[in-house]
Amino acid sequence: MAGTQYRGSEIKGVDQFLEDAEGLDSEREKEIGQHIGYRYDVNLVPDYDRLTPFLKKYMEIMGWDDLNWLEDIHMGYEEGKPAVFDRNINGWVRVPDSIELPDNQQDRDMIARELLLKFQMSDRHPLVTLRKAYMKF
Amino acid sequence: MASITENELKSMTQEERVKALGMTSEQLTGRSMFMEFDPGETERFEYPWAPQVDFNKRTELDTADMTSTEVNSEIRDLMSKGYGTIVLKNPRGKHSLAVGILSKLNLIIEGSTGYFGVGLIDGPNVRVNGRVGWSCGENMMSGTVLIEKNAGSTFGAAIRGGDLVCKGSVGSRTGIDMKGGTIIVGGDTGALSGFMMQRGRMIVCGNAGKNLGDSMYDGTIYIGGEIKSYGVDAVEAELTQLDKDWLHRKLKQYGLLPSKGVDHFTKVVAGKQLWNYDNLEPTEKKLIL
Repeated sequence: MAGTQYRGSEIKGVDQFLEDAEGLDSEREKEIGQHIGYRYDVNLVPDYDRLTPFLKKYMEIMGWDDLNWLEDIHMGYEEGKPAVFDRNINGWVRVPDSIELPDNQQDRDMIARELLLKFQMSDRHPLVTLRKAYMKF
Repeated sequence: MASITENELKSMTQEERVKALGMTSEQLTGRSMFMEFDPGETERFEYPWAPQVDFNKRTELDTADMTSTEVNSEIRDLMSKGYGTIVLKNPRGKHSLAVGILSKLNLIIEGSTGYFGVGLIDGPNVRVNGRVGWSCGENMMSGTVLIEKNAGSTFGAAIRGGDLVCKGSVGSRTGIDMKGGTIIVGGDTGALSGFMMQRGRMIVCGNAGKNLGDSMYDGTIYIGGEIKSYGVDAVEAELTQLDKDWLHRKLKQYGLLPSKGVDHFTKVVAGKQLWNYDNLEPTEKKLIL
């Protein structure tokens, strides 16, 4: 049905998809049983006043004046839990329950960036084993 | 797994390596694995396999009589020796130059490059003191690329992250299929820029050609000049204060901030009229048939 127009629901609040995991709001979403669109604003640009010390140090080490690729990292919500999408494993990684979430998306995004970075650079990241097994050169 | 040495792994066939590392070749389609962050993870800022380079350790490489493959191989070799700043001289428009660099590095290319330059990179800061051919920075994952002059078509095709900057003008289909990152053009961009864009941001300080943002799914385009025409499903949106602050910061960073500021920029986003969610399609098709 080419040309089906967007009939998803708007994001109303920062906790919306923690309280309602399915996120079926609009008639179309209820009809198809699937939330339409992302569960966070993918176009939200970072507020640099909220940088964490860890992220500042990362920028310095890489020789960057800003967050670079991390500008695209946001805290998302998967199955009612806060999570971050890791492009290197093409999957969601959950934020532990022990981490207290701030009350706004900007600060949550900064936490998401920090956690993802630590995970991607660690020896327990699946890419480490994958590289050993499949790397050609 | 820990008892297997690197040399033992290297002497194995791929199939043997996969088994030895506890991996399997079974079909994983439709399966999911639960994975959670460890908040106590050690602080590390680079991939475990990244060579330890020092930005202050600098060297030059005359590439005049080398093939692209030889240059790319030499860059890796120099990085493994700790060189963090490498200057490539006489690139002479070579294609596929400096591709696949997967960790931090300062790379300066003194001259112009051909097709598919600095593609598939993840981390380096590259400066090209000349022009670049088609598809510069294709599939770039992170880092910064700064082109001092003009760039060809499909600039930043399928880029996933990082900053790709051209101080001059670029050809058509800029940022085609981009999935993240930021593309900045100091001059004009050609037709069908942002075609099938999915995420990320594109800033054009000059004019945009026909069909801007055609079939874009998501992402944001900021245009400082005139827009020849919008593509299907590309619509104008409100430029917020957060957008302005971010634009100001980003353009200033690369010396491209217009003297009149950023208030005149037009923000373009997806109208979402092409979003297809077809779980219902089989039923609808049956009803039609």
